[in-house]
Amino acid sequence: MVVIVDYNVGNVKSVLNACKRVGIKASISRDINDIKCAKGIILPGVGSFPVAMENLKKYNLVQVLDERKENGTPILGICLGMQILFEKGFEIKETEGLKYLKGNVNLIKVTEKLPHMGWNQLFFNKKDKILKYISEQDDVYFVHSYMADFYSDELIAYTQYGNVKIPAIVRKDNVIGCQFHPEKSGEVGEKILKAWKEVIEC
Amino acid sequence: MLRKRIIPCLDIKNGKVVKGINFLGLTDIGEPVEYAKIYEEQCADEIVFLDITASYEERAIIKDIIEKGADMLRIPLTVGGGIRNIEDFREILKSGADKVSINSAAVKNPKLIKEASKEFGVQCVVVAIDGKRDEKGDFKVYIKGGRENTGLDLIEWAKKCEELGAGEILLTSMDADGTKKGYDIEMTKAVVDNVNIPVIASGGCGSIQDIVEVFKETNCDAALVASLFHYKEATIDEVKKELENNNISVRRINK
Repeated sequence: MVVIVDYNVGNVKSVLNACKRVGIKASISRDINDIKCAKGIILPGVGSFPVAMENLKKYNLVQVLDERKENGTPILGICLGMQILFEKGFEIKETEGLKYLKGNVNLIKVTEKLPHMGWNQLFFNKKDKILKYISEQDDVYFVHSYMADFYSDELIAYTQYGNVKIPAIVRKDNVIGCQFHPEKSGEVGEKILKAWKEVIEC
Repeated sequence: MLRKRIIPCLDIKNGKVVKGINFLGLTDIGEPVEYAKIYEEQCADEIVFLDITASYEERAIIKDIIEKGADMLRIPLTVGGGIRNIEDFREILKSGADKVSINSAAVKNPKLIKEASKEFGVQCVVVAIDGKRDEKGDFKVYIKGGRENTGLDLIEWAKKCEELGAGEILLTSMDADGTKKGYDIEMTKAVVDNVNIPVIASGGCGSIQDIVEVFKETNCDAALVASLFHYKEATIDEVKKELENNNISVRRINK
């Protein structure tokens, strides 16, 4: 069973629906025991960085997530759930993240409109199993104003907004982050979840 | 490159899709979720459900329709109509909507924009603005389905919405709405050029060419379309093909 962590950050139901559609058995939970025996963990999330971290602490989930990260359980962070995988966030105030990935999360520095909202294309940086079913320049749905630092050793795919390259998929071992919303990205999003399903199973 | 979005809008009354002419003379044309799914398959970029009766008749939340819609759709869903407070907001999001659009309530209580964006994030706060020229020809904000002039200046209000934390503006020209004579380029441009958040143009779409025009003439991010699609006068794919022919970047699934 995959656990979609319910830490009060927005629409977790659509993530559950998307999992169902690709055949991932998942449940929504914030129960430490559920997370302890999960085959995979999804950190969804819309909202703000500090609130997300506060909630994880409030529900005592940081330690169990750290343990599962260390023992190699596949973790997928979506949007804000991806951002908190990094070291620090600078939304509203400086906040420490989970530190599973190198780098910080800052406001996107563009002259274009913010939030970066809508469909944008993926460009590949590095070969990875998560990209198995999709093609370069496929469109996925973004909605965010903050972005992670760009480190190419952990960068799988990025998108281009104005003059800025925004990390779209990042990965370090068992930890994967998607800045966009696969659960809202039509068929392409489903294909990414399908590939993640294979990551969990192997 | 960020794509320009095509967003079919389903006006819903008593659980059915309706399309009015200048918000009057509503006719019943079908099941909302069925339409939404067809539009997704045709490459709609998002879907909007607008509960058009909720703000002035007895409030009937279309929760059931939202739940069904959210179950079936793989693209973002925005829901609007009759949202009065933060609790309504929460309820709509909990039912499965990705964004909530507020109109009259934001005018009456602008703090709601701030509260909602703080609580749920700016990305799910869409402020719907109904703009109309007054007798002097100035753009004003109307509420209650275009029946009441608030006296607010359209541009000032749009800027205020951005400042308070709106993630997006859904701008409907009440002068153009239902006429099928094209989007209100002048009004759309006026708003788009004065804010730095995405703007969805709405009202007046009568042909594929109208959609091409609004993207060529203004820097709006998305176009809201209703009857053109509901009455099958054009498919979304046809629209996108024509936009591509005009060098406007759009998402295609049947390339």
